[in-house]
Amino acid sequence: MSYIPLFIILPLFGAFVLSLVRTRRFGDIFANIINLSLFILSLIIIRFGTIVYKIGGWEPVNGIPIGIYWVKDGLSTLMLIIVNLIALMSTIFSVNYMERFTEKNRYYCLFLLMLAGMNGVILSGDMFNLFVFLEIAAISSYSLVAFGTESEELEAAFKYQVMGTIASSFILLGIALLYSYTGTLNMADMARVIAIKNSESGILNSVSSISHFQLVNFVCGLFIMGFGMKAAIVPFHAWLPDAHPSAPAPISAMLSGVLIKALGVYVLIRIVFNITGMTPVFSNILLVLGTLSIMGGVVSAIGQWDFKRLLAYHSISQVGYIILGIGLGTPLGILGGLFHLLNHSVFKSLLFLNSGAVVYATGTRDLKQMGGLNKRMPVTGNSSFIASMSIAGVPPFNGFWSKLIIIIACIQANRIGFAIWAIIGSILTLASFMKVQRYAFFGPLNEKWKGIKEVPGFMRVSMVLLAILCIGMGLLLLPQVREVLLNPAVEVLENGIEYAKTILL
Amino acid sequence: MVFILPIILFLIGLFGVLVKRNLIKIIISICIIDYALFLLLAMIGYRGEGMPPIEVKGIEYVKFVDPLPQALVLTAIVIGLATTALLVAIAVRVYQKYGTFDIDKIRKLKG
Repeated sequence: MSYIPLFIILPLFGAFVLSLVRTRRFGDIFANIINLSLFILSLIIIRFGTIVYKIGGWEPVNGIPIGIYWVKDGLSTLMLIIVNLIALMSTIFSVNYMERFTEKNRYYCLFLLMLAGMNGVILSGDMFNLFVFLEIAAISSYSLVAFGTESEELEAAFKYQVMGTIASSFILLGIALLYSYTGTLNMADMARVIAIKNSESGILNSVSSISHFQLVNFVCGLFIMGFGMKAAIVPFHAWLPDAHPSAPAPISAMLSGVLIKALGVYVLIRIVFNITGMTPVFSNILLVLGTLSIMGGVVSAIGQWDFKRLLAYHSISQVGYIILGIGLGTPLGILGGLFHLLNHSVFKSLLFLNSGAVVYATGTRDLKQMGGLNKRMPVTGNSSFIASMSIAGVPPFNGFWSKLIIIIACIQANRIGFAIWAIIGSILTLASFMKVQRYAFFGPLNEKWKGIKEVPGFMRVSMVLLAILCIGMGLLLLPQVREVLLNPAVEVLENGIEYAKTILL
Repeated sequence: MVFILPIILFLIGLFGVLVKRNLIKIIISICIIDYALFLLLAMIGYRGEGMPPIEVKGIEYVKFVDPLPQALVLTAIVIGLATTALLVAIAVRVYQKYGTFDIDKIRKLKG
């Protein structure tokens, strides 16, 4: 039962110790041990059902919660596993990759703070506590983007932080308005109060009923803006193509792989489904935003020649698929969306680690200058081939299954138009990654790269592990395996505002 | 109706972020946005003629102000401090690299 606080205490403790110690080897070993134990913990908690942890042991008075709650349910378990898995892979990769940077221990310190923030956001059952953890994760990610302190990185970090701070302000404004309206900060209690006011205003149908729906819709609009900016959905995506490529490669993998999902997509769907309740209007808004993201991201990506920038644009497009699937609101759509979230974390972090390996060996990010790297770097080349086929949705790999489910769900829900856009987006993704493979890894070896070697051991280990996951994760859809991980998460969203009853026992 | 005032302050800050071309002025606009939110939070907790929520013997309590938003404001101020400090630090490093605070001249990143 007391496993839950460890997800926040362990990384915070690690960050504290690493900010004091200067020995280089110690940082490598210590950060990897902490991330490994966090990953094992997240696997252990699968077998528990819903757990509510009350900080400080404050029991509810007259059925009204007064302390801060941390809640572990199916959806948080899924998110915890993927966040801690990608964090572990990124720190393994960092052991060799970050050698060229000074102050490696400060890097691990910020990394663990960001991880603590993300775990806190996922576990939090209290609106303001969620905001605090969101800011911890966001502020450490701003400074990690600027970690190289070159001019491009500083510029990108400033842009990212201004956009991120505006997003946080919208979120705080929304939380303040919700608090003044419901008189509680606990997410489950909030859902209960809003449901009561919903039914009251439905019966009375007076002036107050108009202002009730106006207020809830206004707050949801603020949250869509705020969390949409964190998740880089299309009208709010301008910071992502600058910020994600500028960070060191393991951080790009964390940002694109899990940060935009933990801070953006996860919180948005938690609020829209479990607190205010899903309505057809929001469903349509999410569907349109998702489709815009799919097309906007992939069209901008096709013309890119910078390897990491191209990958960053594809993150926007793939988040669009997640939003599209979940926005449908049907069980199949939610399953597809969540499964795509899982898959995208794995293959996008693998692709960013590949780009990091290429930069490590050759020192360039320009696709035109590469060529034939497969001959010199077989591990990087083959794992990036697997990841490219996954993201493009080629059958045996994991990306195919989740995209297939999303498209079938669109057709079942009679949204044929959105299904067609999803298919077009997938074809354009395939074209774009054919270009990457053709220019970077296949073809004749560029004379310049005669002398390069494959990257060192730890970088290879994390790339190979992620590539194996890319091939094997389709197995998660088998009925027995699905019961363990995916179905509980889908149930949480399907139950909608019944969420309140499971928490406020 | 009083709640309109922090919203106006919020919009002034947002206007500053969108229109100003100087890094320091952008940072100041972000501070204005933060202050607007702190004021809004403090106003949410206010009850007309409410007492401070501190228990003293011999005084009868009829009406409290809500203490929770005050705790939230304190936390939000600390977060705002961290944000501002990091923004200023990055702005100083940007000035060292580019020699200017003008965002029209700071464009090494291409669209």
